[in-house]
Amino acid sequence: MNNSSAVLILDKVSKSYGNGLAVNEVSLSIRENEFFALLGPSGCGKTTLLRMLAGFETPSGGCIYLDGNDISPLPANKRPLNLMFQSYALFPNMTVRKNIAYGLEMERLPESEIRRRVDEVLNTAQLGELAERKPDQLSGGQRQRVALARALVKRPRVLLLDEPLGALDKKLREKMQLELKRLQHESGITFIIVTHDQEEALVMSDRMAVLDGGKVCQCGSPTELYENPNSRFVANFIGVSNLLEGVRSGPHSVRVNGHELSVETDAPSVSGQSVAVVVRPERLQVLTEQGGDCANQVSGKIVEIAYHGLDTNLHVQTPLSDKPLIVRVPSSQFEFAHFAIDTTIRLGWQARHARVLTR
Amino acid sequence: MSQSRSVSATVLGSHLGLVYAFLYIPILVLILLSFNKSGLPTAWGGVSLKWYTALAHNTAILSAALNTLIVALSATLIACVLGTFLALGIELRRKGNDKGQVVDTLLMAPMIIPDIVLAIALLSFFNLLKVGLGLHSIIISHAVFNIAFVCAVVRTRLKHFDYSILEASIDLGASWFTTLRRVLLPVIFPGVLAGGLLSFTLSVDEFIIAFFNSGSGQASTTLPMQIYAMIRFGVTPEINALATLVMLVSITALLASQRLNKAPRTHE
Repeated sequence: MNNSSAVLILDKVSKSYGNGLAVNEVSLSIRENEFFALLGPSGCGKTTLLRMLAGFETPSGGCIYLDGNDISPLPANKRPLNLMFQSYALFPNMTVRKNIAYGLEMERLPESEIRRRVDEVLNTAQLGELAERKPDQLSGGQRQRVALARALVKRPRVLLLDEPLGALDKKLREKMQLELKRLQHESGITFIIVTHDQEEALVMSDRMAVLDGGKVCQCGSPTELYENPNSRFVANFIGVSNLLEGVRSGPHSVRVNGHELSVETDAPSVSGQSVAVVVRPERLQVLTEQGGDCANQVSGKIVEIAYHGLDTNLHVQTPLSDKPLIVRVPSSQFEFAHFAIDTTIRLGWQARHARVLTR
Repeated sequence: MSQSRSVSATVLGSHLGLVYAFLYIPILVLILLSFNKSGLPTAWGGVSLKWYTALAHNTAILSAALNTLIVALSATLIACVLGTFLALGIELRRKGNDKGQVVDTLLMAPMIIPDIVLAIALLSFFNLLKVGLGLHSIIISHAVFNIAFVCAVVRTRLKHFDYSILEASIDLGASWFTTLRRVLLPVIFPGVLAGGLLSFTLSVDEFIIAFFNSGSGQASTTLPMQIYAMIRFGVTPEINALATLVMLVSITALLASQRLNKAPRTHE
């Protein structure tokens, strides 16, 4: 990893509560001007990690470096990092303008500069008309924008966002995902976002880390994590996966329920090792006639058809696993007459689209 | 069906009416008699404000009223400061989880213990410490139970409190003191005020504790004690007028307190 452009380095950061470890020796390097996502199920330690960065929790072990300096001893109000709270945490006794100006007043900036910077942020966040309102007179989306503006106006080195879109409805969330990305790009501030929503992380982040049980499972770009998950957990957590449990039978083959599947993998071949083969639903093809260029083929019966608008998911019961395989077919290519429940179809996929997971 | 319903509604309605009559007719009679020109509870001699005028010229009553005001205001002020910080200390530590029932019960105790017990306990306490009795001992005694009330009201307010705004303030660069001054206290202030009004009301008409801990002499006689002293020679229309005024003050403070103490509007 290129450390020269790293803004924030976490070196074996741990946090223990009683006997349990909420965060277990997490090491990450976050780059300048990056949109970084911490993704994981609830209880994976992602929020604790974020709160340690903000200064609200003290690490039990490890160091946190900002621009090369250890910030662990600094209290929260002395760190050039700002946190946008999940509940937004707007001050109910202050107007939108006062809320945003608060952080600048704490820096004891001259009044004219505070005014100028607040106006500027009110404009960027399209909050101009709401400046004199109190938080309880705002909608959820507006409150979210105020919270963001209040943190951004401080021009922090790193902005930490704790589930920033969690309280919004789906439509607004999708709009705000792009909005956040735009703001991050324009402000040039490094964003670290905590989310449990894998789709959100995929859409917004430049890089992401998947956490489970306080440990980093995998860290990389969304494409890397989606296409090359390193474990069953990551494969399952990000996107939809077909996981086939089997045994390694050769350098390019895995035996699954008596069927030999060909795979391409760099993983060292250990004969007899239990492995899982993962194939993404969009990599599975419905074969209309025998053959095709698919190295792996299997027949199965459709047990369920789930229409999603843009595409349709077929759940196909095959001899490879107890769970039906999920096949994603673009709805435009989907002939409803050909596919009905209980129809037997043939599926195929190429060896290079199957990943072998040992963990 | 609809008939039996209307019958039960009538029965319930008249029951409610009777209960209210039982509660409020004596008070109404008292208010009416305070305006009775004749001064006799048995004969109505027309409306007059003469008993109120008489009050204004009774120096004993005026000095007692002043004492009550001093006691109520001082005890309320002490209770507001101590009770608020007590509530903050408990709730900030606990942040919503409901552990520590013992602490809760101990805090409620001064509200629940019979006044007579508290009165005797305080008297013994002052004797033990060799603190002379007077207005100051009444103030301290009233503060004891008022702290419990202010603390309870402020804690109710804090149940709806979003603690993350305190962290947000710190995160934006504020010190703890600034956070207290600019965020925490303004947000809970209606609760403090409500608790203060409640404790003022309680203090104004408190008799037993004040009576036990006042010492002797007109200098430390409060209004309820003065009324008690006067009533030993029979209920005069003057007392009715005085009681009406005390009630007016109490009800106003109580209504204001309830209004302030409504749960703050929560965001959905």
